[in-house]
Amino acid sequence: MKSKPFAITLDIKSSLANHTGAWRTERPVYVDRWPPCSAACPAGENVQAWLYSAEDGSYETAWRRLVADNPFPAVMGRVCYHPCETACNRAQLDSAVGINSVERFLGDEAIKQGWQLPSPAADTGKRVLVVGAGPSGLSAAYQLRRLGHAVEIRDAGAQPGGMMRHGIPTFRLPRDVLDIEIARLLALGITLRPDTPVTDLREAMRGFDAAFLAIGAQLSHRAYIPAGQSARVLDALDVLGQAAGGDRPRLGRRVVVYGGGNTAMDAARTARRLGADEALVVYRRTRERMPADDIEVEEALAEGVRMRWLSTITQVDAGHLRVERMELDDAGVPQPTGEYEDLDTDCVILALGQDVDHSLVDNLPGLEVADGVVQVDDQMMTGYPGVFAGGDMVPATRSVTVGIGHGKQAARHIDSWLRSTHAAAEPTRESAEYGQLNTWYYSDAPHAVRPRLEAARRTSDFGEVVGGLDEDTALYEARRCLSCGNCFGCDNCFGVCPDNAVIKIDGAHGYAIDYDYCKGCGLCVSECPCGAIKMEPEVT
Amino acid sequence: MPAQAVKFYQVGSRAVGNRLLDERLRSEQANPQRGNALNSGHRACQGCGEALGARYVVDAALRATDGKLVAVNATGCLEVFSTPYPESSWQLPWLHSLFANAPAVASGVAAALKAQGREDLRVLAQGGDGGTVDIGFACLSGMFERNDDVFYVCYDNEAYMNTGVQRSGSTPPYARTATTEAVGPEPGAPIGKGKDVPRIAMAHEIPYVATATVAELHDLEAKVERAMSLHGARYLHVLVPCPLGWGSAPADTIKLARLAQRSGLFPVFEAEHGEVTATLPIRDRVPVEEYLRPQRRYAHLFGDPPRTDLLERIQHIADRNVARYGLDRS
Repeated sequence: MKSKPFAITLDIKSSLANHTGAWRTERPVYVDRWPPCSAACPAGENVQAWLYSAEDGSYETAWRRLVADNPFPAVMGRVCYHPCETACNRAQLDSAVGINSVERFLGDEAIKQGWQLPSPAADTGKRVLVVGAGPSGLSAAYQLRRLGHAVEIRDAGAQPGGMMRHGIPTFRLPRDVLDIEIARLLALGITLRPDTPVTDLREAMRGFDAAFLAIGAQLSHRAYIPAGQSARVLDALDVLGQAAGGDRPRLGRRVVVYGGGNTAMDAARTARRLGADEALVVYRRTRERMPADDIEVEEALAEGVRMRWLSTITQVDAGHLRVERMELDDAGVPQPTGEYEDLDTDCVILALGQDVDHSLVDNLPGLEVADGVVQVDDQMMTGYPGVFAGGDMVPATRSVTVGIGHGKQAARHIDSWLRSTHAAAEPTRESAEYGQLNTWYYSDAPHAVRPRLEAARRTSDFGEVVGGLDEDTALYEARRCLSCGNCFGCDNCFGVCPDNAVIKIDGAHGYAIDYDYCKGCGLCVSECPCGAIKMEPEVT
Repeated sequence: MPAQAVKFYQVGSRAVGNRLLDERLRSEQANPQRGNALNSGHRACQGCGEALGARYVVDAALRATDGKLVAVNATGCLEVFSTPYPESSWQLPWLHSLFANAPAVASGVAAALKAQGREDLRVLAQGGDGGTVDIGFACLSGMFERNDDVFYVCYDNEAYMNTGVQRSGSTPPYARTATTEAVGPEPGAPIGKGKDVPRIAMAHEIPYVATATVAELHDLEAKVERAMSLHGARYLHVLVPCPLGWGSAPADTIKLARLAQRSGLFPVFEAEHGEVTATLPIRDRVPVEEYLRPQRRYAHLFGDPPRTDLLERIQHIADRNVARYGLDRS
C-alpha cells in the first residue's frame, strides 16, 4: 500500500464494514401475542395456531393442534356459542372469522379420515376417578390419560355425554357425531362404568389417588307458581331428554316456555318440532338482559318461536295461564306492575335454570358448598385434599365449552398434585389488539355463512339445522384469519427494511433481525400486518 | 397442496410476499436471493424512503435483466450515503460523475456498450429530485429527446435533503424548507410553481413514463419490469418520503407514501408514447389533511387557528389529480 499514492487507489470496500446497528436506540423484536379469540375461548384453544395450519390445507396438523386443548372438535363445531368469534378482531374490519365453522370442518374431516387422538404418555402408576361422563369429566379424563395416568369414569346414566347427550337437541348435535368423538376418546384406554352412580365418594375413591367431580347441574330449578289441578306443567330438561332419546312427548298445539336461557330456547325449538303451532317464550326481563345466546334466539325466532318480554307467570290452569306485566326499575330489576293478562296454552314448560345435586359431597369434611355450587380453589381443588371439581357444579358460566376448559385445567392441576409439584403457571402473553394491526394489507372478504336448512323445513323434523362448510369454503374462511399478534409469513418485514437488516430463515419464525445493521427505524413494526413485531428500548 | 385453489384473502396481493402465495406471484423483495443491490451498512437516515425505493427498483431491474445491468448515479443523498470512498453499498457496476450529468453519462454508457456490441447489458440512471428536475434537467431532456436507451429513475423526496433541506423544483406548495420558511401570509414553498416532470417526460413522447411509490411494491416492480421490456428513453418517478426533510417519524415512511397516493396528491399512473395507459385507482380515499398532518414541514398549517384556506387549496390540487387521471373508481 505504501507504494501507492494517497486515496485514489484504495481498494473498493463493502459498506458492510459499517455497522449501522450502533445508531439504534430501540430494537425491533418478534413477538407472539395472545389473540382475542384464544383469550375468549373457555377451553383455551390456540385458535390462531390451528387456523394457521388449516390455511395451507394441513388439516390433520390443524386438528392435532386443536385436540391438544379440546378432544371434541366436531361436537364443539356445532354447539359452542363461540365467544372467540365475538372477540375476533376481524369483526372491526368486516365480519368475524367463522372460527366455529372451521372447527366443525376439521372435526368432521377427522371423523371422515379416521384420525386418532394422540397416544398417552408412559404409565405413571397413578389412578384417578372421574365422576360424571359429561363434557368436563370426559375432557379431564382425556387430558389425564394423555399424561399417563389410569382413569376410570363413573356415570349414573346408561350412556356417556352428560348434557351433550341429554340437554342439547339432536337438531343441533346429531348423536352419531357425539358417539364417535366419545368412543375415540375412550379408546385411549379410559375405563367407563355407566349406570354406576357414586353415592359415597370416600368409599368410591378406594384405590384411587385423586378424584375429579363433574356431575353437572341437573336438578331443574323450581319456582312456585299456583297451578290448577289439570294444568300441564313440564320440566324443560325432561322434555329435551325425552326428545333426544327419540320419544315425542305430547305437548299440545300451544306451548309456553318459561325462562330466558339457552335451555328455554332449545325447549321452544323442540316444541315446534313436536308439533306445537305456537311456541311462546315468556321471560321476565328484556331481550338485552336475556341469558340465552344471540344465535339461539335468532334461530328460535327464525323458526317461528315468539317471545314475550317483561312478563312473569302468576297462575297456570287447564288451557290457559295468567301473566303479569313487569317493568325494569333503575337497577334493571323487573318489578311487578299489577297488570295481568290471560293467555291460552296447552302446556307450560319450565326452563328456569338448574341446580347441583350436592348430596354426593355433603359429608366430605372441608368441602364447601355455597350458593348451591361446590367451591374450588385456584387449582380447582375442593376443600377435601385430592378431590377436584369442575363444570356446571362449580361457580362459572355453564356451557359445554367451559366444562371442557375446566376438565383441561383440572387435569393439569391433578397431574401436579399427583407428582407433588406445583403446576407451572401458563406463560402470560401480551394480548394482540386491533390497533396493532396494519389492516391496509388485508383484503375485504366477508364471512362465509354456513348453509342453513330452510326455516320452514327445519321445524318439521329433528334434522341438523346448520350445515358444514365444504373444503373450499373452509379454506377461504381459515384464510380470513388476521393472525393477530402472530407471524404468518407475509415477508413484509423482510421487504420493507431500508437497511436490508431482516433475514429470512427456515424455522418456526421465518425471520430474524440483523442487529449489526438494523438502525431501529421501526418500519418493519409499522408495516407488519398482524402486529407480530414490537419495538423495545435498547439497553445501553 | 391446494394453496391457490381458492382466492387468496388473508393479505390480498399488497404484502411483500406470503407463504401461501405461489412464488411467481410474490414480489422480488420476498425472494431471499434478491439482487440486494443496495447492501447493508449504507449511511442513509433511519427509515429512509430513498434507500428503500432504490433497492426496490434496482432489484426489480436486476431480475428483469437477469443481472446484466449498469447503474449511473447523479449526485445526491443516494450517492453520498451509499458510497463514501472507498466503501460502496452497491452490488452492481455503478458510476458516479457529476450532479448535472447523470442522464448524459448514461447515454454515453449506452452508446459505448452499443459500440462494443454489448447490447445485452442495459443501463439504468438514477438520481434524486434535485439532480433530476433541476440540476440535471437539460441532460435529462436531451436524453429523452434523443430517445437514448436508458431507464432513468427519479427518487423524489421533494427537496435537497442531503445539503440541508432546500427547496427544489419538486417541493410541494406550503412545505417548509430551509429556503422557504414558514413565515408570512403564504408560508412555505410557493404555490403554482415547480415542475411536474412525469408530464414533461410524457410531452417528449418517449416510449414509457410511470410514477410509483414505495408503498405499492407490486405496482412499482411491474413498472420496472415493463420499462425493462422496452428500449429507448424510459422514465420512472418514485415518491420516497424523507423522515429528515419532511419531519416525519422514520417508522411512517411507507405510511406517508401510501397516504400521498390515497389522498390524490401523488397520482400513480403509467404512460406510453405520451398517452396515459393505466392508473392506480385510489382504494379508500382520504382527505389531504390526513397525509399532511403527520409531517412537521406542514406544521404551520395546523396551528391555532389552522390555515384551512391553504389546506383547501392543497385539497383542490388533489381533487384535480383525481379528476385528471380518473383515480376515484370506487
